[in-house]
Amino acid sequence: MTKPEAIHAAPARPNTDLPQLYRTMRRIRTFEERVGELFVRGQSAGSMLHLSIGEESAAAGFCAHMQDGDTFTTHHRGHGIFLARGADPNRMMAEIGGKEAGYCHGKGGSMHIADMGLGHLGANAIVGGGIPAIIGAGLAARHHGTGKISVAFFGDGATGQGILYESMNMAALWRLPCVFVCINNQYGMGTRIDQATANAVLHERAHAFGLVAETVDGLDVEAVAEAAERLVAGAREGRPAFLVVDCYRFYGHARKDKSPYRDATEEETGRQKDPVAFARAALLERGLADAAELDALDAQIDAEMDATIDFTVAQTEPPLSTMFRDVYAPEEPEPEPVRVRIDRILARA
Amino acid sequence: MALQELTYRDALRQALIDSMRENPDVIIMGEEVGRYGGAYAVTKELIKEFGAERVIDTPISEPAIIGAAVGAAMAGLRPVAELMYVDFIGMTMDQLGNQAAKIRYMFGGQIGVPMVLRTQGGTGRSAGAQHSQSLEAYVMHTPGLRLAMPATVSDAYHLLRMALTKPDPVVFIEHKALYTMKETVDLDAEPLAWGKSAVRREGKDLVIVTYSRQLHYVMEAAKKLSADGIEATVIDLRTLNPLDFDTIREHVERAGRAMVVSESVMTAGVAAELSARITEECFDYLEDPVVRVAGEDIPISVSTALETGSVPGPQLILETARKLLGARVAA
Repeated sequence: MTKPEAIHAAPARPNTDLPQLYRTMRRIRTFEERVGELFVRGQSAGSMLHLSIGEESAAAGFCAHMQDGDTFTTHHRGHGIFLARGADPNRMMAEIGGKEAGYCHGKGGSMHIADMGLGHLGANAIVGGGIPAIIGAGLAARHHGTGKISVAFFGDGATGQGILYESMNMAALWRLPCVFVCINNQYGMGTRIDQATANAVLHERAHAFGLVAETVDGLDVEAVAEAAERLVAGAREGRPAFLVVDCYRFYGHARKDKSPYRDATEEETGRQKDPVAFARAALLERGLADAAELDALDAQIDAEMDATIDFTVAQTEPPLSTMFRDVYAPEEPEPEPVRVRIDRILARA
Repeated sequence: MALQELTYRDALRQALIDSMRENPDVIIMGEEVGRYGGAYAVTKELIKEFGAERVIDTPISEPAIIGAAVGAAMAGLRPVAELMYVDFIGMTMDQLGNQAAKIRYMFGGQIGVPMVLRTQGGTGRSAGAQHSQSLEAYVMHTPGLRLAMPATVSDAYHLLRMALTKPDPVVFIEHKALYTMKETVDLDAEPLAWGKSAVRREGKDLVIVTYSRQLHYVMEAAKKLSADGIEATVIDLRTLNPLDFDTIREHVERAGRAMVVSESVMTAGVAAELSARITEECFDYLEDPVVRVAGEDIPISVSTALETGSVPGPQLILETARKLLGARVAA
């Protein structure tokens, strides 16, 4: 359980909208729980589902200070970020289920979801793979004078990838409107961060490149939001930044992972770092909401997210005729299917 | 414009200049492209006209150069990312093969990645095993990537101009031994279409399919074959993706014999793919096996003798064609 003294100790945050942050986090939490259900019900097309339960504050807190037109890339555990940027949970769930109605018509799934309308330049199944795109998006924003920023969200696992450092160097060198958000959930798959690096104070690396950098406690979504506000404002002025949000990954790496590499005591302690429960307690403590109001909000969110399952189950898979589409631009010929090719060759003989 | 004598390098440079003047969203990024002017001087002095915001010197970070180009292309620019040597493509294969090539498909057609990756490859400068390779098969093996490999000065200009209008990522591989080659060209003349191969020579006895620098060796060999009374059709692919197989088929069906000449290594290479296609699709018309003349399955040496011996040259092409047409020559 969340420690009450921590809530008392939390400073007043006049600039943050805690009820809204709570709502965003609660929607993410519930969406993720329903993703797990979809999987259990055999309705998920993807065999790989990575839930961000325990990390909701990073998505909700940071995205609260992004604007329309800002672009971002995410990682394999990015459902929450997309939701916090305004994604339609039905189309998200349908995409995770590999359905035609999904954001990518069922071709992308959980790890390749994207939406250009919301500035989502893509989730990524390659650790660190989406990071350098924000350098190009940052260059484009500056070139076109849009005043927009580009943000890469990734996990602590990506701090093992060289391309992160190449990208950080470019962002700092060219003073790009970019922010790197490292959601440190303590684990890269089954390897704890202190087993993957000798210096787990990750933001120090960003200082080495000349980026503005800090670490914030992901238990407190308001702290994340405040850091985001500062860093985003700086990035818009050409001071790129690096933010580490310290969290705990409540469940395994992927849906079927029972976490044999960590013990129950650790998990129990880790799950006390619950940003959703913490925000709820803070709302009550400060009199920003009463229990009945929060229960009603929770019920409304539960109903919204339950509906994503029904919606997804009712959707169809993309027709086979779409299989050869979008390898190249629509005006280009589609690749010749193997069966067609074989028949054509054998028909000659 | 009137006819002018240009080098392959100058033609490429002119293509960049003309594209950048025409489209303010074209930017160049890469190692040494700005102040240095490009390792092979293709971007020489472009920074003077277009400034450091459009001709961007990067750190030595090939993966992020290509990754940044991917993001820039998605965000509305038309980046030309220069990879100094194609040998470094392995460094970039995630951004190229997993990101650039697949983004349109994975995202359900929402967006393409209209970038050009300019690079150069091949032997001819005694540059050793890590600076002399012909790695076009890596690209051709990845759906979603277009691949252009100009052999002539005119194509250097026109293919690069066209690449910068294409909706999908184009890998544009120049040949390092061709930069100083001169041709008299009229850049205003109507070019061949993108994706269409060029029949550089027509003959009834044999079809030789090739691309990039090997075209010149093939033409040299074809001239000598002609003196023997053997007339070869020479097809220069120009782009390997799209691949203009219709032209190959048409000519192979007529001649009944085909050779494929490529500088990339023999095994699982571009020549292997072309040979397999010709064999499958023109089987009834073939009088002899399709012969591949390709790079040896070995690394490239610094020694000029070993380097030259590692890849096809005019003599090997000529000998192979004579052996293939042996009976006819004797007759």
